[in-house]
Amino acid sequence: MNTKRRSFIKSSAAAGAFGVAVSAGLITPRAVLAAWPKAAFAATDVDAAINGAFGSSATTESSDIALKAPEIAENGAVVPITVTSKIAGTESISLLISKNPTPLTATFKMGKGAEGFVSTRVKMSTTSDLVVVVKANGKLYSAKKEVKVTIGGCGG
Amino acid sequence: MAKSIKVRAKVKGETTVVKALISHAMETGQRKNKKTGKMIPAHFIQEVTCSHNGNDVLNADWGTAISKNPYLSFKFNGAKKGDTLKMSWVDNKGESDSVEAKIK
Repeated sequence: MNTKRRSFIKSSAAAGAFGVAVSAGLITPRAVLAAWPKAAFAATDVDAAINGAFGSSATTESSDIALKAPEIAENGAVVPITVTSKIAGTESISLLISKNPTPLTATFKMGKGAEGFVSTRVKMSTTSDLVVVVKANGKLYSAKKEVKVTIGGCGG
Repeated sequence: MAKSIKVRAKVKGETTVVKALISHAMETGQRKNKKTGKMIPAHFIQEVTCSHNGNDVLNADWGTAISKNPYLSFKFNGAKKGDTLKMSWVDNKGESDSVEAKIK
């Protein structure tokens, strides 16, 4: 018997049942949140965070990722960041700030039709490297830029 | 909960540009209350989803380092004027909010 096919049917049936349960409101948002990668967000160094989020920390530097951030951020509590990935088949964009207490800031997963573009505002504790990791076609690409911070945005 | 999300979505040719502002404290859990000396517990958005006609176009996992009152912008293809865009968030205390907007 083709066991691969068996397990495929089983897992897809399970996924289907889960979807139904969510749409029927049987599972609360809290249960859905189990997907939130807690270990990756709790990691205290960049490699561990990338490893936690993607299962590997080997990334290739790519010039197809455009990272727009200020050279000097006066207020570390609000640093505007724009990432544009020209890599075809971009699946997700992750932002990491290397010297923050927990570097992983956000992971944006692109759905159907979404372009490799994301813009947001982040907090930075101190002058540090901003690392962007783009997942495309199963590979990890990265780009980084140093942002100088005058007033940190993490303390009180 | 009062409406905490403001969304604008605009079609430009092929692509739709979505801009959103969410009002949320985004406490990191690392700040101290200066009067009592106690730590302010973390309170931040963990997950943001945005869907167009029932298809998820963006699904974001956020940590504590996203700024207070988060701003988010992204682009996607395949939408028309008048389509509905739905955006929702869930934070670490299980609070959530969602909003629907017409694409202009």
